[in-house]
Amino acid sequence: MEDEPKIALTPAEAKRQRLRSIAIALALGFLVILFYAATIIRLGGNVSNRVL
Amino acid sequence: MSTTTTIDGDLETAGISFHSTVSDFLALMKPRVMTLVVLTALTGLVAAPGTIHPFIGLIAIIAISVGAGASGALNMWYDADIDAQMARTAARPIPRGSVSPEEALQFGAVLSVMSVMTLGVIVNWVAGALLAMTIGYYLFVYTMWLKRLTPHNIVIGGAAGAFPPMIGWAAVAGNVTIESIVMFLIIFMWTPPHFWALALLRSKDYERVGVPMLPVVAGARATRVQIMIYSVILAPLAVVPSFIGLGGIVYGITATVLGIMFLYLAWNVWRFTEGPEADKACRKLFGFSILYLYLLFAVLLGEQLVSKLLA
Repeated sequence: MEDEPKIALTPAEAKRQRLRSIAIALALGFLVILFYAATIIRLGGNVSNRVL
Repeated sequence: MSTTTTIDGDLETAGISFHSTVSDFLALMKPRVMTLVVLTALTGLVAAPGTIHPFIGLIAIIAISVGAGASGALNMWYDADIDAQMARTAARPIPRGSVSPEEALQFGAVLSVMSVMTLGVIVNWVAGALLAMTIGYYLFVYTMWLKRLTPHNIVIGGAAGAFPPMIGWAAVAGNVTIESIVMFLIIFMWTPPHFWALALLRSKDYERVGVPMLPVVAGARATRVQIMIYSVILAPLAVVPSFIGLGGIVYGITATVLGIMFLYLAWNVWRFTEGPEADKACRKLFGFSILYLYLLFAVLLGEQLVSKLLA
């Protein structure tokens, strides 16, 4: 069976792809921290006021 | 057996080399427009009744400005064909070849969704919905529909740029009131004279690419009259915040003085119709109009900050 046609990335393209992946990872990490911090601020003292 | 191809060869054959950097993607977001968005949104946020945690407020401002930047990127993706043919826009990342149209589309779409979701989830959904509407309005109504269809493109499309203070207000108050509508109207009425002053200088560019800006379709004379009409409405409108409790005496005086200067420059555009004096008048009005809006909102913001800190 013949392999699917593949695209071989040049070193420049591979570098661009790696940089893009790093940028996406950083953006996602930033959002995780942002939402975590915002959740803590939103909850505030209510965390300790809940019924146990 | 595997078939190997390279994208690079095709791009080089086409004379295009994509070497985008962070600064290219930042340029896609129209950073100068974003600074105005930050200022006007912050003014709306600070002026609104109620309180917001500073961190949540910061997230709101970031989300609004990123949303504005995202719509800028989507605008550059759609308008890449005409941007390449106009002197003012030929150096933008896509026509320059440093960002591909697909990358710009993906970048704009992802940022649009993320900014709206962030604003909606963390701040409130009134603000989130307004931001979504602004992005959609700018992309679908202005960029895709009206810009290439009607000479009133900038009047109706200008509404997109007028929403940020309303979104900032909604981020705190959770509603839309007369105060935020007045801020919206000031930017809405400011946009046509601001852009038409530029369009008078660049009318040949717009004509060549088939964008029906007012000077191209109705002529320079009619555009000058329209600039005067909008300026006559804008100058008193900008003083209204002082009469509805949004602005104080300092803002009222500033808006009055700046309004008189705006009217004078608009009048110069109207009376000088030919030669270097006409171009100079347009250039002066365009430059001053930017300063005008910055100063109005900066003074309004300063007054609000002082009154909130003293309260």
